[in-house]
Amino acid sequence: MQIQENPALKAEARNLSFFYGNTQALKGINMPIHDKKVTALIGPSGCGKSTYLRSFNRMHDLYPGNRYEGEIRFFPDNTNLLSPEVDPIEVRMRIGMVFQKPNPFPKTIYENVAYGLRVRGERNKRTLDDKVEHALRGAAIWDEVKDRLQDLAPNLSGGQQQRLCIARALATDPELLLFDEPTSALDPIATGAIEELVHELKKRVTILIVTHNMQQAARVSDYTAYMYLGEMIEFGKTDEIFLKPNDKRTEDYITGRMG
Amino acid sequence: MMTESHHVSSRFDEDLARLRTQVLQMGGLVETQVAAAIDAYSSGEVGSVKAIVDGDRRVNELEKAIDDDCAHIIAKRQPTASDLRLVLGVSKIVTDLERAGDETKKIAKGVRRIYENGHLPGQFGPGVQHLAEAALNLVRQALDSFARLDTGQATQVIRLDDDVDVEFKSIIRQLITHMMEDPRTITTSIDIITIARAIERIGDHAKNISEQVIYIVEGRDIRHIKEAAK
Repeated sequence: MQIQENPALKAEARNLSFFYGNTQALKGINMPIHDKKVTALIGPSGCGKSTYLRSFNRMHDLYPGNRYEGEIRFFPDNTNLLSPEVDPIEVRMRIGMVFQKPNPFPKTIYENVAYGLRVRGERNKRTLDDKVEHALRGAAIWDEVKDRLQDLAPNLSGGQQQRLCIARALATDPELLLFDEPTSALDPIATGAIEELVHELKKRVTILIVTHNMQQAARVSDYTAYMYLGEMIEFGKTDEIFLKPNDKRTEDYITGRMG
Repeated sequence: MMTESHHVSSRFDEDLARLRTQVLQMGGLVETQVAAAIDAYSSGEVGSVKAIVDGDRRVNELEKAIDDDCAHIIAKRQPTASDLRLVLGVSKIVTDLERAGDETKKIAKGVRRIYENGHLPGQFGPGVQHLAEAALNLVRQALDSFARLDTGQATQVIRLDDDVDVEFKSIIRQLITHMMEDPRTITTSIDIITIARAIERIGDHAKNISEQVIYIVEGRDIRHIKEAAK
């Protein structure tokens, strides 16, 4: 896999710490997110990788007592995503998220995808139709649902629901997609389809993915970060991390050893 | 830099430990074969040639068995980092061991031809004998460096192989002189060239094994790099 040496950055965490009340979950994370690349976050449960991921679209703002330190710079405009002046709703327009368990709205397939567009004020039926189709095609599910757009989304299979959720995230044309263990509830075929999709999607969008499946991180990502106890232990090109990590803690984790 | 810590799966630990033991077992067998071939050369004990040929079958079987284990470990465990390098390295090391085994067979058969033709390799004895002992020493040290994952020793083997190559060329020059001086020695000389060439190749295989040890431990691929750069 060829990766250009100094690819442009889509985002960058700078000395990012995060506190759930008095508990510090992230400890001074510095990490680049390369533009139109897939970056995987790996590490044992409780290492802070999901906390880190969720900081990007300000999900922690939903609960009182949570506190950020440091910043996440978002490019090209160099916005600090964590700045109190930045509206979380605006952030979420530019940064989509896909969760571990598919969570379609209890609406039709069409409405699931059109939802974000309607929230943005899109009313034109023709535009909505076009954008829904474009997003469904982008999520590689169009052929399976084009004749049943008015069916209820929860009636789809798990793998289809997850791809629908990806289409929903794509509909608003986000610049960054966050995936939080997107395939842990799916069978190997559906997992393969999502991984294939991630590979396609990175042509147009930057992706940050949390996964417990090490082989998945190795397969889909260009860069990998290993996190442990709220710290980022090692960040590097995926090819190097999985063949010759520099830190013994990374080595122990990816080889399945007890530290 | 193999970690001392254990895998969460103790069976994975067992799989890798068994893989290493099997390589050492195969290496030990090849080492014995080489020593037996050298012995046959100097003593004229042509009777041992058959045992060497038979022993090579066992070497071939071990190569297949170990490669099969490598495939199973990859399929079942999806090894990464040092584990992956160990499995890949082992798969290459057994190829070199098997080829060293083939060269040993060539030595043994060459020895049998010389003696059966009523000749004695004695007049070239010391040179070839010395070359053979140097190559055997390389095989031993290469296997040692694998057993201990000792890159210092592996590097030493790579250096020493150059001496074996130089010695081989000097033997060839000697033989050419002999053949020109006395054409009656040509048949035996050609057999001895075959033997010396096989010994020199065994040294090369020991060097290749050492290169794999460095790859396994450090993740550096130093094959086909000029000595100075290593």
